[in-house]
Amino acid sequence: MGSVSLLFQHLMNGLTLGGIYALIALGYTMVYGILKFINFAHGDILMVGAYIGLFTFDALRGTTPLGPWWLVSFFIAMVVSMIGCALLGMIIEKIAYKPLRKGSRLAPLLSAIGVSFILSNGAAWMFGTHSRKFNYPFDNSPISIVGVVITPHQILILVVAIVMMVALKIFVDKTKMGKAMRATSLDGDTAKLMGINSDMIISLTFGIGSALAACGGILISLDYKVYATMGTMVGLKAFVAAVVGGIGNITGAMLGGFLLGLLETFGVAVLGIPQGFKDAIAFAVLILILLVKPEGLLGKVEKEKV
Amino acid sequence: MSMLETQALTREFGGVIAVNKVDFFAEKNMITGLIGPNGAGKTTLFNNITGLDTPTSGKVFFEGKEITGTPADKVCRLGIARTFQNIRLFKELSVVDNVMVGRHFHAGNSKNRTIQAILSYLHVEKEEKKTYMDAMKWLEFFGLQDLRNEKAKNLPYGYQRELEIARALATEPRLLFLDEPAAGMNPQETEDLMKTIRRIRDIGVTVVLIEHDMKLVMNICDNITVLNYGQKIAQGTAQEIQSNPAVIEAYLGKDEDEEDEE
Amino acid sequence: MLNFFILILIYTCIYAFMSLGQNLITGYSGMLSLCAAGFFAIGSYTTAILTTKLGWSFWATLPVAAILAALMGVLIGLPTLRLKGDYLAIATLGFAEIVRNIINNWDALTNGPMGIQRIPMITIFGIKISPYQKYGFLLMEVILLFICWFLFERLASSRMGRALEAIREDEIAAKSMGINVTKYKVVSFALGAAVTGIAGCLQAEFTLSVSPGSYVFMVSIMVLCTVVLGGMGNFVAVILGAFIIQFISYLPQLIGLSNIIPAQAKQIIFGLILVIMMIYRPQGILGRKERNNKKAEKAWSENKEVVNEHA
Repeated sequence: MGSVSLLFQHLMNGLTLGGIYALIALGYTMVYGILKFINFAHGDILMVGAYIGLFTFDALRGTTPLGPWWLVSFFIAMVVSMIGCALLGMIIEKIAYKPLRKGSRLAPLLSAIGVSFILSNGAAWMFGTHSRKFNYPFDNSPISIVGVVITPHQILILVVAIVMMVALKIFVDKTKMGKAMRATSLDGDTAKLMGINSDMIISLTFGIGSALAACGGILISLDYKVYATMGTMVGLKAFVAAVVGGIGNITGAMLGGFLLGLLETFGVAVLGIPQGFKDAIAFAVLILILLVKPEGLLGKVEKEKV
Repeated sequence: MSMLETQALTREFGGVIAVNKVDFFAEKNMITGLIGPNGAGKTTLFNNITGLDTPTSGKVFFEGKEITGTPADKVCRLGIARTFQNIRLFKELSVVDNVMVGRHFHAGNSKNRTIQAILSYLHVEKEEKKTYMDAMKWLEFFGLQDLRNEKAKNLPYGYQRELEIARALATEPRLLFLDEPAAGMNPQETEDLMKTIRRIRDIGVTVVLIEHDMKLVMNICDNITVLNYGQKIAQGTAQEIQSNPAVIEAYLGKDEDEEDEE
Repeated sequence: MLNFFILILIYTCIYAFMSLGQNLITGYSGMLSLCAAGFFAIGSYTTAILTTKLGWSFWATLPVAAILAALMGVLIGLPTLRLKGDYLAIATLGFAEIVRNIINNWDALTNGPMGIQRIPMITIFGIKISPYQKYGFLLMEVILLFICWFLFERLASSRMGRALEAIREDEIAAKSMGINVTKYKVVSFALGAAVTGIAGCLQAEFTLSVSPGSYVFMVSIMVLCTVVLGGMGNFVAVILGAFIIQFISYLPQLIGLSNIIPAQAKQIIFGLILVIMMIYRPQGILGRKERNNKKAEKAWSENKEVVNEHA
């Protein structure tokens, strides 16, 4: 393989990984934009999403042989999982975060850590500690396009991730609800005075963020396995992506996600960072960005008013 | 040179110039007022002098030494203390503890303070007693001594303002910045505050204050600086300021006819 | 039964060390750190490596472990402490994961996933303190814990403690009162890390072996729970919290139902503790310890009387 096509190969791998990070990072960034707190349980919601998706997919396709029905089942499973996680996200917000909105900054953060722990251990209890494999809903033999080897699932990941992001962007920028969301994020109190139902907007934000996480959870399961703590590391990295892009900024989260995916892939493949230390790359990036440009690439400097 | 001087102090926030080449000064043992419409850059100027913010350009001099960009804690140790527009007390701490925080860097000797503090029981006790006495002195200055064990958050609003000043004075500043000390006070409380500010000046502390209450400013300030849109538009005694056309325009706006012509 | 109870007490002590550290960092200074497990691991591995590979005595490894953990605390603290609390939580969590990553992969030093076995027992004045004789081990722990608790309590009641509380309440105001906020945050982080490192040393000596599996995120959560449950800003309360958490942990064994109750149950309970406490009793069981100025107050009022008499 030529070095140019090798480069494209890594680029492709990085972009698919980055697309998943971006989807998950969106949830962090949207919630942070409105409530100014990190939803620690976000990574575990994606794990729940992966399980729902896996079980629904397996139930729907049943014993049918690999064919178009598998692909249909896969997308139905994805929709079911997204709806399920959206509900889960909203319920968690109502029970564990809403009563704490007026309290100290530490309270919702601690509560979120509690929720995260409940979800991951609850899943381990119910589904066992062994990991499961998500079947590909199609023949995943690699295709070679001008020397670059691409697997169909990579195309699926990229297409789904991009469709989701474009849809979100249109929703937030063009619809009335999206405008209300942006207004609440800019200034919650004023938005309330303007007649925006902020409780509803917060619920909606959690719903959308969790649905995107579910989607990300299913996509990442195509590459990795499904298990109870799968969301922790992916969640942390997606958070890093959100910070890199500028937390609270939707476009920033997408950019940050792709950037982090590429950095990880190239870090291992080109810079020769040992596979065992792959996870450390994200945190090195986090510390670096916090030191050099704490507001992130697209974020605005937020100075506390004195 | 005045006790405090800024030279062409400028602070930009992403293209917006909040403070624009301001030459501000405060004379020793006087009360200097800083006034201007909302958003004129008064608090930003305070923040840039007291080290909570760093100027984009320009210089700050305190007692002849340049202190531009010095961090807030160091500025305080140099002898400049401040209060805040929206009161920032240590809410969960008691009234006396709030003032004791102000005594923080005066307590103890310079070497190995932390280690000494942990290891030497007697040392801590002695130091705490001294700090407590010093703090009470300032509470008594404001007549707040009987409230010493209340949590700061439980004090009535007017007392909270006073406590914040007491806490600032406990750092033994030579220069004290007050950011809207009369905000939210009724006329009687404002009257008392004026007396307090004079008493503070009389014990040898130079005072600079931001205030919207014109009666207070015109009454007690020896010198007044007016900011508008980040620029210094006037400076002088109360009488000079009151008759300055630029100041009147900034506060009352131009006549409607004139605006229409623009 | 009694044996189990002693076991609970031994682990209570180990966690109590970590709770002291977490309380200083979170309860006093208001910073949410999630890397107790990381500092714990550093302490354990320092003792394990120095005693097995270099033949050091446990007592010599203790200060080294504390200092190493403190240095790590400073290393992670300096870049992140300047920033908002939420970032700190993530950065510290990431740091703890990196520590685990390293001990899992650095085979030459840590023996990787296999861990290090046959750590020599502690001896003091020629007496062996074996983990098999639980009372002796517990007594040693209690003595060490008492010393640490006393020092931390002193620290909290000094002006440094007050400065930390001021930073927790309002960082900007604290800065404007002449307090070097960054310095104090780093110092409290380092001290918290050091005492957590000491807990690690004891853990290594109690199990006589170390492996990466003992230093997972769950440890950090348990330590956090002890502080939230007992009461932030109260050193006695967090030791009580440590006891309750250990009691819950070993309850299935204590009542002989460990076969029926799944291992995840207690972890779900820890999660519930965090959520429920935050909603219904955020101050914890005992609540914050108020600063005590009684002695100084007495001296002040006596002094005032003297002045009044003379007047």
